[in-house]
Amino acid sequence: MFLSFFYYLRAGGLNVSLTEWMTLLAALREDLHEDSLKGFYTLCRSVLVKSETQFDLFDRLFLEYFGDIAKESEKAIEDIFPEDLLKWLEHPELVPEMIRELMEATGLSAEQIEEMFRKILQEQDEEHNGGSKWVGTGGYSPYGHHGKKLGGIRVGGESMYRSAFRVAGERRYRDFRSDKTLDSRQFQMAFRRLRQLSDHNLQEKTELDIDETIRKTGEAGGLLKIVKKAPRRNAVKLMVLIDSGGSMDYHRGLVTLLFQSMRKAGNFEDVRFYYFHNAIGDHLYTSPTLSWSSRIETDWVLRNIPSEYKVLIVGDGEMAMYELYGGFYWGESLETDARGRRKMRRFTDFADRYPHIVWIHPQDTPTGRNYWNETWWELAKVFSMYPLTLDGLNAGIRKLLVSK
Amino acid sequence: MEEKKTMRFSGSSTYIADDDLLQVTNIAMALGKPLVIKGEPGTGKTELAIAIAESLGMPLITWSIKSTTKAQDGLYHYDVVQRLYDSQLGEEGVDNIAQYIHLGKLGEAFSADEKVVLLIDEIDKADLEFPNDLLWELDKMEFYIPETHETVKAKESPIVIITSNAEKELPDAFLRRCVFHYIDFPDDIMMRRIVLAHYPDIEERLLQSALAAFYDVREIRGLHKKPSTSELLDWIRALRYSGIEESRIEKEIPFSGVLLKKNEDLDLLYREKHRGFGRK
Repeated sequence: MFLSFFYYLRAGGLNVSLTEWMTLLAALREDLHEDSLKGFYTLCRSVLVKSETQFDLFDRLFLEYFGDIAKESEKAIEDIFPEDLLKWLEHPELVPEMIRELMEATGLSAEQIEEMFRKILQEQDEEHNGGSKWVGTGGYSPYGHHGKKLGGIRVGGESMYRSAFRVAGERRYRDFRSDKTLDSRQFQMAFRRLRQLSDHNLQEKTELDIDETIRKTGEAGGLLKIVKKAPRRNAVKLMVLIDSGGSMDYHRGLVTLLFQSMRKAGNFEDVRFYYFHNAIGDHLYTSPTLSWSSRIETDWVLRNIPSEYKVLIVGDGEMAMYELYGGFYWGESLETDARGRRKMRRFTDFADRYPHIVWIHPQDTPTGRNYWNETWWELAKVFSMYPLTLDGLNAGIRKLLVSK
Repeated sequence: MEEKKTMRFSGSSTYIADDDLLQVTNIAMALGKPLVIKGEPGTGKTELAIAIAESLGMPLITWSIKSTTKAQDGLYHYDVVQRLYDSQLGEEGVDNIAQYIHLGKLGEAFSADEKVVLLIDEIDKADLEFPNDLLWELDKMEFYIPETHETVKAKESPIVIITSNAEKELPDAFLRRCVFHYIDFPDDIMMRRIVLAHYPDIEERLLQSALAAFYDVREIRGLHKKPSTSELLDWIRALRYSGIEESRIEKEIPFSGVLLKKNEDLDLLYREKHRGFGRK
């Protein structure tokens, strides 16, 4: 029943459900494994793994679990792995360059290369163990491999397949790995809440307006008069100002997740993204690289984006005091605005113009004051601050919906 | 017990599939589960369904999903308004509700007398919850029409192929019931086979230059829309038609508007060409 494999996958971080497992068993009954290890691998992957971002993880777990097959046997690699797979390995254009080059350059035999790989792979694993890349390792293994690091299974005859596989796997799917524990779908659901449905829009009238229909039909003495109205659409317009670069690089993953969720949630009437660095000065940028060609004037934004837009500022709020208040590093500006408040570069202009505005910060809410977060506290006097977590985001969005 | 018909899909005359894809397709068919295919635009997802239908000799029903599509659209639509109008004018057959029930694509697939291939194309365009709304129907291969007290049940379970461009993530509950495959963008070996399937008599040197140039263009950083298989095929046709010398192809990338459709991308290409694509 392979149940141990099932639990191994789950322990490794792959959330296989029981339904999927039963499907796999049914498939095995139907002989859909093509009588080969590779066929079995493909079958497992197609039935158990539902996102290409997890392919890497599945590859690793699969090989760790089944690598032992080669270990237990004394047979040569050709007898363990089916011919099809070997052909795949031998095909010059398909074999990862590493192996091919080595065989050509060194003239070593297959076994000698296996030895080399065994050592190389061991090193790689020791490096990565404990790193955040290998989600779910932590040394846990339920199968009596105590004392060995996961991935410390090395056998002659197995490493060629495994390394070929791993290098191929890593090369192809490396960019898809996401180690974020937060799912962008959760963020998306949060953004879906940011809606104010209104039927005052210029869309085609495709929905039946029941009340009006009844009224008009009554007025016409029972003769049916159909009245249609435009469907209700989300009338929320959103402007997002994102702090880019410097200390925000550290939070890039999280901000990307946020950004993608906003785009994917896809139900806003208009979304605009502008970028700045640390503080909003006289210019904003339309590209996160803050390139010269993407510069626009902050005044333009303030003039042209109406105040009905809901504004989200995403940033850590951490900068030098003089960056926030203007002035120079030896002394901040003490300029105040017409109302006697200290001017925070252009932040205060935004706070004044847009009644619905919140600040989302990727780092945890600071607890004490220190050199680094002084400016955060200053900004907190002007903006409502929410952390970039699911709860924080939900709270921030609720605040945006509240009419002032 | 009747003998199980084993259908095997092994590609079609113009569709080149790698072994993984073939196996996964056969797995989905044998298990009777929907096949979810994800991949970059232009990797042949839609073409797969067409190829399956062609190679197995089955009719193909295509349900192209739009952002406004609702699950109910696929089941059936009860044309109430028409019925109301007809009843006012005293038309015949107004009593017969079934006349006003129009089956959607899923309904069509279920009520077909023979096995069909149902393609649900670009499912990620629809609302976030759309796939979940179809769960039960896809599981049981049936749905109920309350207006006529009729249950539409699939006589022969259709082969369901679902494609996704990965614009949005699909809900877990939905994916768990499906077989999943990700189509990698073809590498140059695979791409060569695809081109040869479309242009069997293409000259070798032209093919090589075109492929090299194509992958160079795909490598350009910052492209908004990378050229895909269909653009390559169009481009090759343009190159052949123009009779251009193959030595100019890699250096100049003529007719780049066939490969790249966005102004910003064409600008980037222009810059890269002048830098020689970073080649030594």
